[in-house]
Amino acid sequence: MAIAKILGIETEYGIAGGPDLDPTTASSIIVNAYAQHGRTRISWDFNDESPGTDARGILGVGSLAPMIETHLANTVLTNGARLYVDHAHPEYSSPECRTPVEATRYDQAGEEVMRRALRVANESLPPELAIALYKNNSDGKGNSYGTHENYLVARDVDFADVVRAMVPHFVSRQVVVGAGKVSFETDHAASAGPPFQLSARAEFFEEVVGLETTLKRPIINTRDEPHSDADRFRRLHVICGDANMSPIATLVKLGSTALLLASLEDEGAAAFPSAPTQPVHALRSYSCDPSLRTTVGDDEGRTRTAWDYQDELWHVADRYVRRRGGEAVAPEHEVAYILTQWREMLDGVRDEPHAVADRVDWVAKRRIVEGFQSRYNLSDGDAKLRAIDLQYHDIRRDKSLALRVGFRELSTEDEIRDAVHQAPGSTRAYFRGECVTRFPDNIVSANWDSIVFDIGHGPLQRIPMMDPTRGTRELVGALFDDNLTAVALVTALNG
Amino acid sequence: MTEQERIQKQRNERTREEGEDVALVAKKGEQLKAELDDLLDEIDGVLEENAEEFVRNYVQKGGQ
Repeated sequence: MAIAKILGIETEYGIAGGPDLDPTTASSIIVNAYAQHGRTRISWDFNDESPGTDARGILGVGSLAPMIETHLANTVLTNGARLYVDHAHPEYSSPECRTPVEATRYDQAGEEVMRRALRVANESLPPELAIALYKNNSDGKGNSYGTHENYLVARDVDFADVVRAMVPHFVSRQVVVGAGKVSFETDHAASAGPPFQLSARAEFFEEVVGLETTLKRPIINTRDEPHSDADRFRRLHVICGDANMSPIATLVKLGSTALLLASLEDEGAAAFPSAPTQPVHALRSYSCDPSLRTTVGDDEGRTRTAWDYQDELWHVADRYVRRRGGEAVAPEHEVAYILTQWREMLDGVRDEPHAVADRVDWVAKRRIVEGFQSRYNLSDGDAKLRAIDLQYHDIRRDKSLALRVGFRELSTEDEIRDAVHQAPGSTRAYFRGECVTRFPDNIVSANWDSIVFDIGHGPLQRIPMMDPTRGTRELVGALFDDNLTAVALVTALNG
Repeated sequence: MTEQERIQKQRNERTREEGEDVALVAKKGEQLKAELDDLLDEIDGVLEENAEEFVRNYVQKGGQ
């Protein structure tokens, strides 16, 4: 049986404004504004971070391990998330979630966290220095930043099989979950010169497999940093996705990927379609063709459109669920909902795009862009169209275009508001979130797999959380009921 | 009803259905266009006024 597909999304937000137009300063202001707002002031612990460790078992010569910037603002939130400055962007890493619906809700909670931080920050800044935040992936000038997904995978799955099985999905899923983009910004896409792309992120990818995330970005990232028991778990770090504004698109991005990983774990890579001979070319050229007609070849001489790949992969997931059930991913009704939405969006983009403009980001964005283009007779790539692309991702309610296109909701506003403060009960994030909520004065630092307590006497006490499926409300809820102080809790855990 | 008449009847029915389909599609098309027009009006009202400057000033340092 496949292991629970614990999952989450890390989002680097684009940022504008602030003092001296310096994005790092502005990002720190955002993170500190939220921390000072009283939500948390507990710092992140870097003890277990080893971003240079490679899943292939070798450190690539010349590979650049990502920098860890400990001096910048970095906090853990009561909902179990991490809020910090990564490079020159504020980043929200959602808590570990048990199902794709839950992970989508905590991704939306991240938008709300950023909105609140923005409000507090801008109250303290003069209007001309006001900060704006964008949930997107590039600045239109060749600078890209990521929306990364994480999935828990059993360690005994051969990494070569992960690559073999998942490359077809990662190059083709943009057909249903691409965020869309006006024009292009790299030399790779310039030859096609597309007025509109399916994916915001695709043209920035240059390798099939690799360790980097900022240069020579790979479709499959090999960072082997499980933040858990490395003998049992792997964390598949997916860096090629777009930042979605449509909640159903986020759901299908997470749900389709999690179902395919569960199928791989239980039934191996044989059921999956063979990968394109040139995956990077496939990813980029599919993105450049919203007519969806572009085909690429595999090693067996077969050619497929991105739609063909998604159709085959949907059947892989559907057959898997029929045979084995999808419990590794979510309860039965949620899995059925994911499969239905994935199918409808896939058929919709081919047969009746306007019917899925309430779910597919690139369809919704393209509808506005082409509408403006024809209304004002604008040429391809006109500044007004690029402004629409940027403002689509603005998180402020009074500015956001995505909030105006009529997307289907997944969670209620109340559920999202609760998720801003309360950790999911279904993973170890519950233990982290409860500790941070109840004992902020006794916690020195926290990270994904441990919490360090200062109980006022003796050495600091590190509580390890090496299994993401434990520390749930079901398993430790009573522990919090019985132990009302940090001293009592740590004593009980050590006893 | 002869075979010939049956086929003719089917043809007539199909033509009538296609006629209705065309009318339906046209009506749906009009409705979609009206909805899009409303959306574009709304977006026109919130879109940054100086698009050129807005887009030019948005410069990011690359991230992951």
